[in-house]
Amino acid sequence: MSSDVRFTDFKSDKQPTWCPGCGDFGTMNGMMKALANTGNSPDNTFVVAGIGCSGKIGTYMHSYALHGVHGRALPLAAGVKMANPDLEVMAAGGDGDGYSIGVGHFIHAVRRNVDMTYVVMDNRIYGLTKGQASPTSREDFETSTTPEGPKQPPVNPLALALSAGATFIAQSFSSDAMRHTEIVQEAVEHDGFGFVNVFSPCVTFNDVDTYDYFRDELVDVGETDHDPTDIENAQDVILDPEKEYQGVLYRNEQAQAYGAQHGLDDNMAEIPDGAPEDAMDLVREFY
Amino acid sequence: MPADFNWAVGGEAGDGIDSTGKIFAQALSRAGRHVFTSKDFASRIRGGYTAYKIRTSVGQVRSVVDRLDLLIALTPRTIEENRDELHDGSVIIYDGERTSMQDAPIPDSMVGLDVPLKRLAEEAGGAIMRNVVALGAACAVTEFPIENLDSALEKRFGAKGQKLVENNKEAARKGQSYVTDTYDHDFEYALETTDNDYVLLNGDEAIGMGAIAAGCRFYAGYPITPATNVMEYLTGRIEQYGGHVVQAEDELSAINMALGAARAGARAMTATSGPGIDLMAESFGLVATTETPLVIANIMRSGPSTGMPTKQEQGDLNAMLYGGHGEIPRFVVAPTSIDECFWKTVEAFNLAEQYQLPVYLTADLSMAVTERTFEPDAFDMDAVEIDRGKLVDEEGLAEWQNEKGQFQPHAVTDDGISPRTLPGTADGAHMTTGLEHDELGRRTEDTEMRVTQVDKRERKVETAKEREAWEAREFGDADADTLVVSWGSNEGAIVEAMELLAEEGIDVRFISVPYIFPRPDLGDAIDDAEDVLVVECNSTGQFADLIERDALARVDRINKYNGVRFKADELAAEIEQAVSSPQEVPQ
Repeated sequence: MSSDVRFTDFKSDKQPTWCPGCGDFGTMNGMMKALANTGNSPDNTFVVAGIGCSGKIGTYMHSYALHGVHGRALPLAAGVKMANPDLEVMAAGGDGDGYSIGVGHFIHAVRRNVDMTYVVMDNRIYGLTKGQASPTSREDFETSTTPEGPKQPPVNPLALALSAGATFIAQSFSSDAMRHTEIVQEAVEHDGFGFVNVFSPCVTFNDVDTYDYFRDELVDVGETDHDPTDIENAQDVILDPEKEYQGVLYRNEQAQAYGAQHGLDDNMAEIPDGAPEDAMDLVREFY
Repeated sequence: MPADFNWAVGGEAGDGIDSTGKIFAQALSRAGRHVFTSKDFASRIRGGYTAYKIRTSVGQVRSVVDRLDLLIALTPRTIEENRDELHDGSVIIYDGERTSMQDAPIPDSMVGLDVPLKRLAEEAGGAIMRNVVALGAACAVTEFPIENLDSALEKRFGAKGQKLVENNKEAARKGQSYVTDTYDHDFEYALETTDNDYVLLNGDEAIGMGAIAAGCRFYAGYPITPATNVMEYLTGRIEQYGGHVVQAEDELSAINMALGAARAGARAMTATSGPGIDLMAESFGLVATTETPLVIANIMRSGPSTGMPTKQEQGDLNAMLYGGHGEIPRFVVAPTSIDECFWKTVEAFNLAEQYQLPVYLTADLSMAVTERTFEPDAFDMDAVEIDRGKLVDEEGLAEWQNEKGQFQPHAVTDDGISPRTLPGTADGAHMTTGLEHDELGRRTEDTEMRVTQVDKRERKVETAKEREAWEAREFGDADADTLVVSWGSNEGAIVEAMELLAEEGIDVRFISVPYIFPRPDLGDAIDDAEDVLVVECNSTGQFADLIERDALARVDRINKYNGVRFKADELAAEIEQAVSSPQEVPQ
């Protein structure tokens, strides 16, 4: 769309400290490309990041950004978007941030359907604290805090989102650069809460959910007759116990986004330099 | 007959006590009388004792007293609960046809008025109006012109149709004439009316109205007694000014939504009570470290834990001053009356933006949910001033960019205050983080930059201490030997207690403190006084501790923590006792 914004404009001059080979590099590149491809610029973009390796993304991207506390990226991002609907808002975090400490917010952010994008960099491990089980770790995945595995089933974030009334559910793989970019771009373009779970492998602490694993196992719904507007189709792929999928799995274009439902179109930063003109009416109400 | 008249309606939660009381309070206000209300209520939807009390006078009323002149009792327990406040000649209106009230325990020295409330209400169109029948009966007892009640009924029921209004007026008249026709008694109460026009509002409403006046456009909150009224006030009103109220999934979310909106440039707030303050403590440091302006209203109730959710306490002072890990610059502002709730809210928004930090605005249950009358110009909107602090636009940016053209949201300045630019501003893109950061807002663990940024944030507080007045409110005789110091909502009860003490020949100087941090220096006042009494609604004397530390002197304490606010007459007695027999204070 925009001719003069390139995706590299979204890159800061700070060098990432992610481990060489980390999936987050690819995840971030796709996000930057998706933003540039949709005509956004660093000046109208607000990135909110959580805590964890993924949370560093606000530093490596160039835009307006806020790096919050653990698990609260979604309410922060919702507040930004509600206060200034002109901004393009993107929240990013990890599987711990989004599906463990922040899972309550995830459910309600899905329900609320604020027009924003949520990218979860899912590596199925706690990397920054050096290798503990995450909510998406496999049942038998051995870590320093779960020597015999968590012995509980992993969270299925796609199913959580679907059951909470999501209007856009997608999954991508950071290493499949073109598809990942396309998918995030569709989430940005979606008028509502665009949720993308991105497989973003941890090369240091996770030797199970590896690049090879996803490359071999992921089924791209774009290459099947999957209809993302059909909720039963979506259920089938999201609840499939055998296979994992990438692509836009579910989309509901009928639902209104939060801002439209609540008539939010003003930039709330703009206020008069005194009380509103008719403010004495508020006092008179108390007669 | 004393200048003030004390009236109450009581029954079970769910009996419509609150709206009945509010209607009578409005009728009194319409009649040009001053009103001060209070509530006894339990944290239940139905069941349990609840009462709405009104103290009214032609002159100002700022407090409740331990005296009840007229009681509408819907249950026997209402009489039991108020036995100590009732006196010889008090009037009790009750419905003797109600099974539970057949043997109503009316003390012999009092005047029991058996009025068939339910039967008369049914005659007027429905049993639900029995409380309004009682209000009509109260008009008869007090010789109060019933037209004032009519206008309050119109305000309450007008939106539901004229038929309902007429039925209620009829119900009130049935109560009035029943008393006049049945009881040939001079009740000795005559509520005088005046031509004055007053507004009647509570502290939560004053805070909400102050927020709109101050340009607050975003409110996120989670329902909690007694702060919910702020949210309910704003809902439906803030939208008319382009704002929005969002009910978050919890307080963790509420403060973060408000923080997000504030980063986007909106004047944003949240309001909660103790349990919510605990949760919000998680993100409180983030607000301060990112130097984001935010107003957090804490409407205190009795703690700790779930405590007594519908009871009065001022127990969160330490939590607001010290809550959160690490060292967090913050201001704590504590309005001392309902009209001050409005003005201090406006000020809190200005302070937050001028100094780019979180501001606690604190009131307590007794001030938040009870109403008082004021002249309308106590809320003069033309006097509201908005100062957005060091906000820079596209043109102003250049001065604050580094050699690479990057905007520095945490630029180091002499006064500690950095420039602020809002998302959407060209060439202003920047990040910030709860991690320690450099001037660009990027993470750092550099030892020098750490010290520089901590000092910079602390310097804002020093700047504020110098620039702002942080004035206390003074009452009474400045040369009096006895100095009473208090904070928050106790002001009204203390001012009235001083009037009672003056009648006994006891002069008192009273300093009412609306700023907890930064706060006024009371050192000279404490040095000059013989006795210093610090009055507050908590058990340990959290404010007294601060005063002692500031002044390096010992003070006496008057504490109340049974869940009920101070009353003027009880406080006068306590001050008198403290002055005549000073407590032994270890030196």
